[in-house]
Amino acid sequence: MLQSLNARATLLSIALLLFMLGIWEFANHPPSADKPLTEYEILMGGADQEARVPAPSEIIGRAVEELSDPFYDAGPNDKGIGIQLAYSIYRVLAGYFLAALLAIPFGFLIGMSPLMYKAMNPFIQVLRPISPLAWMPLALFIIKDSETSSIFVIFICSIWPMLINTAFGVANVRRDWINVARTHELSSLRTALTVILPAAAPTILTGMRISIGIAWLVIVAAEMLVGGTGIGYYVWNEWNNLDLTSVIFSILMIGVVGMLLDLALSYATRLVQYEE
Amino acid sequence: MTRAFLEIENLARRFPGSDGELTVFENASFTIEKGEFVCIIGHSGCGKSTIMNVLAGLDAPSEGHVFMDGIEVAGPSLDRGVVFQNYSLLPWLSALHNVTFAVRSRWPGWDKDKVREHSYRYLKMVGLGDGAELRKPSQLSGGMRQRVSIARAFAIQPKLLLLDEPFGALDALTRGTIQDELVKICDATRQTVFMITHDVDEAILLADRILLMTNGPYARIAESVKVELTHPRERSTIIHDPGYYRIRNHLVDFLVRRSKELAGVVSDTDTPSVTSTTPVEVNPAVAAADPPTANNVGAAKA
Ligand SMILES: Nc1ncnc2c1ncn2[C@@H]1O[C@H](COP(=O)(O)OP(=O)(O)O)[C@@H](O)[C@H]1O
Ligand SMILES: [Mg+2]
Repeated sequence: MLQSLNARATLLSIALLLFMLGIWEFANHPPSADKPLTEYEILMGGADQEARVPAPSEIIGRAVEELSDPFYDAGPNDKGIGIQLAYSIYRVLAGYFLAALLAIPFGFLIGMSPLMYKAMNPFIQVLRPISPLAWMPLALFIIKDSETSSIFVIFICSIWPMLINTAFGVANVRRDWINVARTHELSSLRTALTVILPAAAPTILTGMRISIGIAWLVIVAAEMLVGGTGIGYYVWNEWNNLDLTSVIFSILMIGVVGMLLDLALSYATRLVQYEE
Repeated sequence: MTRAFLEIENLARRFPGSDGELTVFENASFTIEKGEFVCIIGHSGCGKSTIMNVLAGLDAPSEGHVFMDGIEVAGPSLDRGVVFQNYSLLPWLSALHNVTFAVRSRWPGWDKDKVREHSYRYLKMVGLGDGAELRKPSQLSGGMRQRVSIARAFAIQPKLLLLDEPFGALDALTRGTIQDELVKICDATRQTVFMITHDVDEAILLADRILLMTNGPYARIAESVKVELTHPRERSTIIHDPGYYRIRNHLVDFLVRRSKELAGVVSDTDTPSVTSTTPVEVNPAVAAADPPTANNVGAAKA
C-alpha cells in the first residue's frame, strides 16, 4: 500500500514537472519561430534576448555544460559551479560547526541552570532577531577580511536555533530520568553525557537542522554582498553579465545543495530519535 | 540500645504554596528491620510518594531525620534501589542496557562480560529473555517494562528497595504473575523492601507489616499492622488462613472509614508527644475474632 503510494507520488511529481516545463518551454519560444524577424530584430542579432526568460531546454543545456566540468578555474570571474558551491559550503560548514561548538555546551549550561537561563534570556532575545547581514559592516570593520566575515555571519545566524533548542531540550528532560541518574549516583558529567544528552538529542538536532537551513539561506546573500567567490557571488555576477540561463541554473543548484544539507541533518535526527 | 536498620524520626514535608504552606505529612516516625517487607497504604494524594522520595534521598524532609544503618540519609545512594511509579526506563536504551547501565554504575570496575552476565541473571530472574531484552522499552508491554525496572533495581543489590505502586498500571493477570515472582525473589534474597500500594490484597500477600496512612494534608502514619501469616505465601492458600480476613477487614475498615476520621488533625505546637508520632501497633490476625473496629485498636493500645 505504502509502496504503491510512494510510486504513485513519484509518478505524479514527474508528470507535474514535465507539464510545467512543457508550458514554460512553449510559452517561451522565440517569436522568430512563426513570423519573420523585423528589421530591428535583425539588427540586434535575433530575437530580443534580454526581455525573455530562457526556456528549460536552454537551462538543461547549460546544466549539462557546467556539470560536465564543474571545477574549471579560468580567473576570478570565471570559475566552475563546483568551485563556487564548494566555497559556499566550506563557509557554511565552518561557521556552522563553530557555532555548534559554542552553542551546544553553552545551551547545556543555560538549560541546566535556571539562574543562567534567566540571566542570559534578555541577551538572547535582543540578539536573536537581528538580521545576520546587519552584522556584516561591523564584521568587516573588525575582522578586515571578507572571507572570515562571511564565516562570522554564518556563525552568528546559526548559533541561535542551536542555543535555544539545546537549552530547551536540556531544561525539559523528564524529571524521572534525572532521578534515575541520581539514584545511581552518576557524576554530573556522566549524567550530562549518558542521560541528558541522549534525552535532549532529538531537540538539539532539530535546532541544528533549523540552523543549517538558515545558514544556507544567509550565505547566498552574504556572498552577494562581499563578492569574490561563492555561489551567491556567482548568481550576482551572472546577473551582471545578463546571463539569465546561468542565474536560473545556479538558483536550482542552491536549492539542490540546500536540500542535501537538510537531508543529512534529518538523517542524523532520525539516528538519535527515541520513542517514549 | 540496638538501632533498627531503618529509622524514621519525626519526619515532615511541607511545600510552599500560593496560599500558605502545604503540610503533606508530619510527625512520621517508624522503623524497618533488616529483611522486613513493609507496605504503606493510604488514599491517593496522601503523601506516600513524598515519603518515599525522602527515604530515597531524592527529596529533603522539612523536619526530621532518616537513618539507614545508623547513618543519616542525605541524598540518593546506590544502597537504596528505587522502582518508580512509571517505571522510568531510559527509552533510548534496550531493556538489557537499562540494566547494564545500573550495574556499571554500581560496579565501575567490572569488565563488559561480567556486567552483561550479571544483568542477564537478573533479567532471567524476572522472566525476561529470548530476545525481548534487546528491545527498547517502547516495544515492550507494560508488564515487561515493569519487570525490567524491577530487574534493574534488584541487580544493584541495594540494602533497601523502594517500590512506588509498582503494579498500579498493570492488568490484574500480569499483576498477579509479577507479584508471585516478587514473593519468590524476596523469600530467596531476604531483601528489605518498602513498598507503596493501594491494593489491600497485594499488601497482605507481600508484607510482613503494613503502615496505614491517614488522608492528607497533615497526614500521619496512624497504625502499623502486623501481617502474621506464614511464609512462603501462596495466593491460593493464603485466603484459607483464618487471620487473612481479619487483617483484610481491618485494612478495608481503615481505608473506607478511619483514614478520613483521623485525617487533618493539626498537631498542637506544644504537645508533639512521643506516643502521638509512633504508629499504633496492631495485630489483627491474633486479635479476638470480633469485627475489627475501635475494639481492636483499644486492645492494641492497652
Ligand atoms: N513538589 C511539590 N510541590 C507541591 N506540592 C506537592 C509536590 N509534590 C507533591 N505535592 C503534594 O503532596 C501531596 C501528596 O502527593 P503524593 O506524595 O504524590 O501522593 P501519593 O503518592 O500518596 O498519591 C499532593 O497533594 C501533592 O499535590
Ligand atoms: Mg504516588
